[in-house]
Amino acid sequence: MTALLRTAAVRKAYGGVQALAGASIEVEEGTIAGLIGPNGSGKTTLFNVITGYERADSGQVFLRDKPITNKGPDKVFAAGIGRTFQLTRIFARLTVLENMLVATQHRKGSQRRRALELLEFVGIEGHAGLLAGSLSYGQRKLLELAYVLVADPAVVLLDEPAGGVNPTLVNHIAARIRELNAAGRTFLIVEHNMEFVMGLCATVSVLESGACVASGPPGIIRTDKRVLDAYLGADLDDADPAADEDAAAGTVTIDVKENDGDDHPGE
Amino acid sequence: MARQIYEAIADGILVGGVYALMAVGLTLIFGVLDIINIAQGVLVILGAYLSYSLSTRAHIDLFVGLLITIPAMFVIGTAVHWLFIRRLRGGERTSMTLLVTYAVALIIEGILYAVYGPNYVELNASYVTSSVHLLGFYLPYIYIYGFILAVVLVVALYLLLYRSRFGRSVRATMQDETSARLVGIDVNRVSALTFGIGVAVTAVGGMVYGATSGGFNPNSGYDLISRLLAIIILGGLGSIGGALAASVFMLTLESLVDIWSPNWAIVVFYAALVLVLVIRPTGFLGRKAVRAQ
Amino acid sequence: MIGKDLLAKAGGLVLLAVAAIAFPYVFPNPLVTNYGVYAMIFVAVASAWNIFSGYSGYISLGNAVFFGSGAYAAGIACRDWKIQGDAIFALLPLAAAVGGAIAVPFGLIALRVRRHTFIVITIAVFFIFQLMAYNFAFTGGSTGVAAPFITWPAQTYNNPFYFMALATAAGTIAVSWLIRRSRFGLRLRAIRDDEDRARGLGVKPMRVKLSAFVISGAITGLAGAIWFYYLTQVQPPSGFDPLFDLTVVLMAFLGGFGTISGPVLGALIIEPGQLWLTAHYTNGYLAQILLGALFLVVVLFLPRGIIPTGGELITRLRTRGRPAVLPPAAAPRREQGTPAGSGGAR
Repeated sequence: MTALLRTAAVRKAYGGVQALAGASIEVEEGTIAGLIGPNGSGKTTLFNVITGYERADSGQVFLRDKPITNKGPDKVFAAGIGRTFQLTRIFARLTVLENMLVATQHRKGSQRRRALELLEFVGIEGHAGLLAGSLSYGQRKLLELAYVLVADPAVVLLDEPAGGVNPTLVNHIAARIRELNAAGRTFLIVEHNMEFVMGLCATVSVLESGACVASGPPGIIRTDKRVLDAYLGADLDDADPAADEDAAAGTVTIDVKENDGDDHPGE
Repeated sequence: MARQIYEAIADGILVGGVYALMAVGLTLIFGVLDIINIAQGVLVILGAYLSYSLSTRAHIDLFVGLLITIPAMFVIGTAVHWLFIRRLRGGERTSMTLLVTYAVALIIEGILYAVYGPNYVELNASYVTSSVHLLGFYLPYIYIYGFILAVVLVVALYLLLYRSRFGRSVRATMQDETSARLVGIDVNRVSALTFGIGVAVTAVGGMVYGATSGGFNPNSGYDLISRLLAIIILGGLGSIGGALAASVFMLTLESLVDIWSPNWAIVVFYAALVLVLVIRPTGFLGRKAVRAQ
Repeated sequence: MIGKDLLAKAGGLVLLAVAAIAFPYVFPNPLVTNYGVYAMIFVAVASAWNIFSGYSGYISLGNAVFFGSGAYAAGIACRDWKIQGDAIFALLPLAAAVGGAIAVPFGLIALRVRRHTFIVITIAVFFIFQLMAYNFAFTGGSTGVAAPFITWPAQTYNNPFYFMALATAAGTIAVSWLIRRSRFGLRLRAIRDDEDRARGLGVKPMRVKLSAFVISGAITGLAGAIWFYYLTQVQPPSGFDPLFDLTVVLMAFLGGFGTISGPVLGALIIEPGQLWLTAHYTNGYLAQILLGALFLVVVLFLPRGIIPTGGELITRLRTRGRPAVLPPAAAPRREQGTPAGSGGAR
């Protein structure tokens, strides 16, 4: 399998802060890849660089081995990369259907049928004629996913698709992604919801302080010492006394807790 | 010719100092409230007319009259903010307040026309018409007094901003309104007071303008706001040092161009405005990028 | 249901069209048709303003640039090419072309910045044009330019102007409607809501904005020429009037910013009102004060304008007793089996 999307040693600094320090990740075609890392590790910045919303200081981004580094968002979109945002961005004063049509406005012919099909696929076709601003948070996330898909991108970048969404909807979204992947679409997902990522992604890359420290199948990543360092080192609140015991006993596991505020003692 | 140039430069610097005061007020308003107060020009004219009325009706000296007009303009400023600007919220706030202040400007201009009529008037005093002979130039006293007063007030404003608790609140609000709220700053009060201060300084600008412009009427506000806008944008929206530098620079430039062609002198401001906005929208000294619209 | 709605709308439009055409015959008094001429000119101007500003969200306070330029273009052409009589109306397309042509460099410069900076640039350009009108020889300085006299009978003198303005207004409304339904209009409105996001979805903002700006400029230039011929004169303060743009903005806001019928309604209310005021109170300042005051009232209390607010009111009345919101779409389908490795349903 070839790497559909690849970044090579991307560096990006904001003033004195080095947001990306040589980030190199690979996404194989036809897979669902995950991108995790503690807060501030550079995940969204990397997304921004890949999709052209930010310029890289150095390093390259390749789509099918063709460099797309520092091209504007419209060119990246035309090349076949779609992306959603952490804070969902929709066109509030257009109808749900019109939101879909914006993504395909450059195509010939009527795209209404496809748009409606996709709306049905994510489950909000009943709102097609309503103003997008009237949708609930979860519905907006679905809309954003739908209108990114309607442009038929080769790879879809999702920035926290399960963020702030109730568990039923999380499963719904995961199922939709799985269906699309089964049909051949490639995904790269940034998420904090570990269950979501570990359950969905074939490969997971871990970003820490702007560089990729580990990459591999979820099972391996869970027990990788570097990943453990990255998370435990960054956030002591997540320190689990049980993990410390394990470490002392020679085995190391990491149960990265879902950030839902619940207590999970010794799970 | 050289003599004319030196004179123009001297004039430019002196008048620039006064414009700096008005520009600082305007840029403060933008820095704290994120609004472009288009009414600033006509408010200066209002200040000029107030000085005019005090001078001609009550025979109060122009500078002494400032003791009345400065507080009066402060009250007017806070009233405008409280009545019209406070209510505006939302993402399009900057654009909306621009329109609102434009409307306020039209209203004030209309009232001035109604009260004072369209004829040109001037502020007069002994020091307006007499000059001091300095280094071979004739510098009207009013320019010098006005400049000194402007410098004093700018320094006072600086002290207020950087040495007082209120000033700290203002600067905090300028940096980040949300954080300022979080540390307990009453952003509404700070905004209202800042707007009031920003307008109050137009009293001084108005008096000096009225005395040095060679005649003004309610319509003069447009030229003024054009100059002030160009100045604060050139100097960087929200930057006080920038407003100062840009004022002196632009007024000197206008002075020089005026030698060659009085009719076109004002175009340096328009040209500068358009050029800067296109090339470097944050201005040359702007340390504060415009907040997301 | 839908059929009835459409029929009602079409019927209403026909009625309006008939009324508009019959207007000068029902009210042949030139004093009355005078209102009609100005009203129609401003319906066109306000709708043209909306085509750009209403749809893109970039508020322009510089459309007077096009209006005055169209007026001056017509006047200078008549004067220098010695055109007389009815032939002067052949110059109307020229005025439109001039308006559109000016919009190109104007837009290329002004549309590169953020929205509120854009407003400031339009103001600056407006003053530049006014300054040029005062200072250039070919514009006649403060005297301005006069239009050739037209020897039409006094009693029906206004009528051809009325119909010209009506045609322009109707055409503008049609263009506005067509744009709204088109992909071009979709792009414009997407830009209004989230320009960066639109760019990320393949919309080319500069191209789209500039096109709308040019269309708006051309129509406004045309209207300016009609106005000039009707008034038979133009000077810098009247061709480039600082109140012009705020008046147009008020019309659009009053009627409904971003809607098709909003600017029409706004123009039909405000323009005759303004005319009436200036006719009965020779002190033009009262009109100015009221304009500003009305603007403040609208922006602060009726920000979305009459038509949208009215529309909501009507909808609320019509759906009284019925649930306001459709029942939520079918709940997301429950997944068969849990995602691998999730450690149990949550």
